[in-house]
Amino acid sequence: MKSMYKNAVMALVLFAGLTLVSCNQGGSNNGGALKSSAAEKVFVAPGEYDSHYAFISGGFSGQLSVYGLPSGRLFKVIPVFSVDAEKAYGFNEETRDMLKTSHGYIPWGDSHHPDISQTNGVVDGRWVFINENNTPRIARVSLETYETAEIIEIPNSAGNHSSSFVTENTEYVVAGTRFSVPIPQRDISIKDYKGNFKAALSFIKVDPESGNMDLDFQVLMPGFDYDLSHPGRGKSHGWFFFSTYNTEEAHTLLEVNASQNDKDFIAAVNWKKAQEYIKQGKFKTMPAKYVHNVYSDETHSTISTTKKSVRVLDASKLPGLVYLMPTPKSPHGCDVDPSGEYIVGSGKLSASMTVHSFSKMLKAIENKEFDGEAYGIPILKFESTLAGTVEQPGLGPLHTEFDGKGNAYTTFFISSEVVKWKLGTWEVVDRKPTYYSVGHLMIPGGNSRKPFGKYLVAMNKITKDRYLPTGPEVTQSAQLYDISGEKMELLLDFPTVGEPHYAAGAPAEVVKGFSKKFFKLEENKHPYATKSEDDVRVVRDGKNVHVYMTAIRSHFAPDNIEGIKVGDRVYFHVTNLEQDYDVPHGISMIGANTSELLIMPGQTETFVWEPKQVGVWPFYCTDFCSALHQEMQGYVRVSPRNSNVKLSWSLDDE
Amino acid sequence: MKGLIIALLSLSVLFVSCQRTGNQQSSTEDLTKNTPKGQASVVDEESSPNILQLAIQTKDLSTLVAAVQAAEIEHVLVNAGPLTVFAPVNSAFDALPPGTVDELLKPENKKKLAYILTNHAAPGTYKGRLLKDGRKIYMATGEYIEVTRKGDDVYFGGAKILATVDASNGVVHLIDKVLVPEEK
Repeated sequence: MKSMYKNAVMALVLFAGLTLVSCNQGGSNNGGALKSSAAEKVFVAPGEYDSHYAFISGGFSGQLSVYGLPSGRLFKVIPVFSVDAEKAYGFNEETRDMLKTSHGYIPWGDSHHPDISQTNGVVDGRWVFINENNTPRIARVSLETYETAEIIEIPNSAGNHSSSFVTENTEYVVAGTRFSVPIPQRDISIKDYKGNFKAALSFIKVDPESGNMDLDFQVLMPGFDYDLSHPGRGKSHGWFFFSTYNTEEAHTLLEVNASQNDKDFIAAVNWKKAQEYIKQGKFKTMPAKYVHNVYSDETHSTISTTKKSVRVLDASKLPGLVYLMPTPKSPHGCDVDPSGEYIVGSGKLSASMTVHSFSKMLKAIENKEFDGEAYGIPILKFESTLAGTVEQPGLGPLHTEFDGKGNAYTTFFISSEVVKWKLGTWEVVDRKPTYYSVGHLMIPGGNSRKPFGKYLVAMNKITKDRYLPTGPEVTQSAQLYDISGEKMELLLDFPTVGEPHYAAGAPAEVVKGFSKKFFKLEENKHPYATKSEDDVRVVRDGKNVHVYMTAIRSHFAPDNIEGIKVGDRVYFHVTNLEQDYDVPHGISMIGANTSELLIMPGQTETFVWEPKQVGVWPFYCTDFCSALHQEMQGYVRVSPRNSNVKLSWSLDDE
Repeated sequence: MKGLIIALLSLSVLFVSCQRTGNQQSSTEDLTKNTPKGQASVVDEESSPNILQLAIQTKDLSTLVAAVQAAEIEHVLVNAGPLTVFAPVNSAFDALPPGTVDELLKPENKKKLAYILTNHAAPGTYKGRLLKDGRKIYMATGEYIEVTRKGDDVYFGGAKILATVDASNGVVHLIDKVLVPEEK
């Protein structure tokens, strides 16, 4: 009792203190509480729209969440690399193959760095690309359907971390390995790492119309770790920059052994040169095994293919393909400013941040200002590419984005803050705390030629006391800042899904017009589609039974089925006949391995039911579709294996 | 039916909240009426037309549409449904005793008009084979009206079905008579 009382008092004191602090903050910044109301700035009135979309990665959940800014409201969670019971993703027959890999079916992957497709260096709102780290894959999410449209596995890669960033016309989405491995994979001693382990940087071609991905080529690199990457833009379009660490090529206790070198590198890859080499046939075709899954909005199904080879360019042997820019102390972030001139390397163990100049890099290459080489790849002189240094900006710099007004914003994990600094003068102009230990940050368009510099979202790794406690695990927090003024202003805390690694954002106008309202029934090419109630039927093929079923407000056709036997494998192929926005139907069957299959208007989805018991079993609509939703139900009669009950089906006894 | 009740309940919740934000004279508001526009305010030109949109597009239903608007029951025709509407064509209204329509369109008769119109709507999608001879259909007013078949013709409460049009939220049958409920 005593301690409860004590706790209550402490809570009161704390609460009072917090209230006081927040009052003070509001007042001191602006000399009047009325002048600055954070609440007003994030308030989106009922029925009004947010001004920006934010696509925030789901980290360990393998999903991609869609938020509105400035409200921080969660609109949707799009399953990408993990099954999702809410959307039947990975559970229905149509999407299960989306999670096929060369390692078999993987129901649970992670998701890391979303990036929106670009045209002329500006985010165009068509697709979001996102990488999985663990089982290297890149996904393309459609912003028409807000569903995963395609997943391609990346061979010769391990820990697909420096991914999935697009070039300025979405010519390529790029995926760099984090870990080096034997390429091709083989049975050798780990101690033989040095010189034998290699890294692959993958360039995946994107079809400008369909968005379909195809692994064009890989650049084979020395056995370092590759952390992050970003495309050149504007003047540096045609280049891609990757941060590296563990240039020591340690294979154990990297905590110590990968921090020996004073400098690691930012690798500058000339992908236009790579295209020339490909044209000249200077690639090797290496055997590989990787799976490519494409979901079609016409067949509402997945086509999964296994590829057997990949074209590889060896950076050690092809001059002019790659140059290495020394960058202090294990750089993590590798960010390119909107003009394409500056490449920011955040040495996560360094006290200062290094900024390279693209034009100085070109000049240094021209003048051969080299400081040796690594495995045949020229190392440029540090001073030759150096544009400037941001001195002592904070502790543990990670990632930088830009506002398009000459400012850069960098996150600091250790000192838990966002620091604003000026490109060109390298002076720090503002800093604001984050709560706590921020990882990535996102400014809508902040990774493009045209940032929309109004908001900044900081994605924090540690939450602690920011929300009502929910047991040992508290959800990761995000913080929204207004960056339209000289000083940043913290507006809002909001919870996120999984552990967001990164996010991409854009003004609502850029994105929202693509959104689809429903699928046209006449365009449905699903092999088991039933487009009219006149065509419903039940077909037996040995132990397999196919039910061609339709759903419309408020009945299934057929809704009475007899002649099913124990041991059958019953496929329910259900077509939603509606042609109306936001009217999905669901279906559940007692004893099936799925629940709440959710079928969009005009779509066909399938689940399998293997009845194990004799009896009459109900099925029903699981999405509150209409006023007679509770009436939307049916029965299946299951007879013993040796029964003579004839296969039959009906609606309204006809 | 439970579903319908829930839908109606949620509509009235919506209504209450709209009133709260919109109407400052809440102390004098009439809580007995239920006239929100509901989903009738949604603009959607891609989806298949709903019953209200179909009725507005159909020239021969202009009297019905005017009556629906006067009764302020548009929301009934645009919600998720499903709904079967037996829609009297203009000549059906013309056939009523002279002055009947004008009388019903008067503001003081709004409730009566709404009742008559609601008596033309049934929860559920009744069309084709489902319109069986002798089937009694439960109307949104709570009354039952019977389907009869004479040869290829289908009659509903004595009115002949002239044509049938599918709507996104149900079906519309054009009929040649107004289904006037019996006086109670």
